[in-house]
Amino acid sequence: MATIDLVRVRKTYANGVDAVKGIDLAVADGELIVLLGPSGCGKSTLLRMVAGLETITGGEVRIDGARVNDKEPAARDIAMVFQNYALYPHMRVYDNMAYGLRNRRMPKAEIDRRVRAAAETLGLAELLDRRPRQLSGGQRQRVAMGRAIVREPKAFLFDEPLSNLDAKLRGQVRVEIKRLQRRLATTSLYVTHDQVEAMTLADRLVVMNQGAAEQIGTPDEVYSRPASLFVAGFIGSPAMNIVEGALEPGGARVRLGGADGPALALDGARGAAAGRALKVGIRPEHLVASSNGPLALAIELVENLGADALLYGRVPGGAALVARADGGAPHKAGETLRLDVAPRHVHLFDAASGRRLDG
Amino acid sequence: MVENRPFVTAVSHLTLVVGIGIVCLPLWIAFVASTHDVSRMFQSPAPFWPGTHLVENYLAVLRSGIGQSANAPVGTMLINSLIMALVIAIGKISISIVSAYAIVYFRFPFRMGFFWIIFVTLMLPVEVRIMPTYEVVAGLGMIDTYAGLTIPLIASATATFLFRQFFLTVPDELAEAARIDGAGPLRFFRDILLPLSKTNIAALFVIQFIYGWNQYLWPLLVSTKESYYTVVMGISRMVNVVDAAPTWNLVMATAVLGLVPPVIVVLVMQRWFVKGLVESEK
Repeated sequence: MATIDLVRVRKTYANGVDAVKGIDLAVADGELIVLLGPSGCGKSTLLRMVAGLETITGGEVRIDGARVNDKEPAARDIAMVFQNYALYPHMRVYDNMAYGLRNRRMPKAEIDRRVRAAAETLGLAELLDRRPRQLSGGQRQRVAMGRAIVREPKAFLFDEPLSNLDAKLRGQVRVEIKRLQRRLATTSLYVTHDQVEAMTLADRLVVMNQGAAEQIGTPDEVYSRPASLFVAGFIGSPAMNIVEGALEPGGARVRLGGADGPALALDGARGAAAGRALKVGIRPEHLVASSNGPLALAIELVENLGADALLYGRVPGGAALVARADGGAPHKAGETLRLDVAPRHVHLFDAASGRRLDG
Repeated sequence: MVENRPFVTAVSHLTLVVGIGIVCLPLWIAFVASTHDVSRMFQSPAPFWPGTHLVENYLAVLRSGIGQSANAPVGTMLINSLIMALVIAIGKISISIVSAYAIVYFRFPFRMGFFWIIFVTLMLPVEVRIMPTYEVVAGLGMIDTYAGLTIPLIASATATFLFRQFFLTVPDELAEAARIDGAGPLRFFRDILLPLSKTNIAALFVIQFIYGWNQYLWPLLVSTKESYYTVVMGISRMVNVVDAAPTWNLVMATAVLGLVPPVIVVLVMQRWFVKGLVESEK
């Protein structure tokens, strides 16, 4: 049980590369925060700084209010689950879990109680005498979890713990992790590049790009009000349509593409942004068929995914859009489909800075 | 390759039999020679089947040596050789595993510099540095001591290099997990790295034991008293007799005795090798 505070945390490597450029984040007790971003965005570096495996070159990391910048990982009272699990290959499952406790000189009986309790929780009771190489990927993952749980640490740090599992198992373990974290109510930081994992697990998300936090918010906020073009493009599948746009005089409507493009209503006038180069973002799932909708999509390609179909096409003015329709809908390439979008689903971004523009 | 072609099978067996014959014939002749009396050894042709003096010859060399320039009993020489080979093998492994640990896991100034200095000495065999080493050993008064026999041969670039390469294959996360689990550098070395290196240690032990056992030039230089002779140099001194023919039966008995310990080490440790190769740990 603990809070974690990051105050302008920076990481600059000796060769001058800024891996993390000043992150501020306050993690509440029992909260699960997901750090999400493409590879190389600094999310793992940030996690490793909290763990104490990387030195912190600027700012402060506080656990339970106490500065831990210069503390050894073992002294920070955190537990970490690694991507490749990092189980000790020569030790039995039991010893893998007990090792950290023995190093802390915990009484044998207490170690035994904790290890057996954790094994029971994770369904490892039968496997305590096995060695890691005799276990399947999912079982190894659970041992790695067990090693974290038995410590009863202040915080769990997960470094892409599911990426070595196959797709089916990944979904299953994801649910287990969520359930476990809820039950133990242990503050957690979770690094992933998989947006499905991020959206389903997180209490709050930190979307990172090139060492900076683009947006910090609940999964719902990040999805429905992306703070920047990067977040808009990164979250959601298929990706959000991003097209050029210009405000109509008065700022209540935005025109897609060139001068003859269709105009869409906004959920609030953006007079202040008049004259600036804009990007308009619309999610494919928010484009709905409507007989008198403003968007006349000339369909060029249909991808049928079973449950739904992706329609690729262009609207007058030249803007390319993807729309999501029901799988059974009889759309064909060459047809024109009229689409509409609710004003609150039209996102505007400043083309130069990439930041969101609100009314 | 699994094939069922009688001709190929016959040829490969023939090749193997000839190969084994070539390797084993000298050993057989040495053994046969050690079972005859000295007069038979000077008749032509040399004997091909064992004689009747086996026990007598072996007891003679073990107890009393063979006179002339090699009076020390072979038993003493065997013990000297054993001490030398064991100290060198264990010393080399201990020192190089620790230096490899330092080079791989710690960041200190001139780390790569130290590594390259060690690495470069790979190219220098004992013989190249033998004069300066002798000078140092003599200056320290280590002539005719076990320390003088063993210490100069303990530093090993090869073993350091091999352990370094092995440590580099150990995932970094293992060291990080141990750090989070509260294991300091020494504990990590003892609890994680050492057990993982078991098979490497076994392999190196065999190689270094034989290296130590077969040392010839160095013991020849630093031991002047017969009580420090090793068996390998002892054999050569037995052959260099003045005003007489070598007693080949006794020389060969000594050679066979000198052969036994390395063979035992290989046979015993072989199981470890195979185990390490079959159940590769990662």
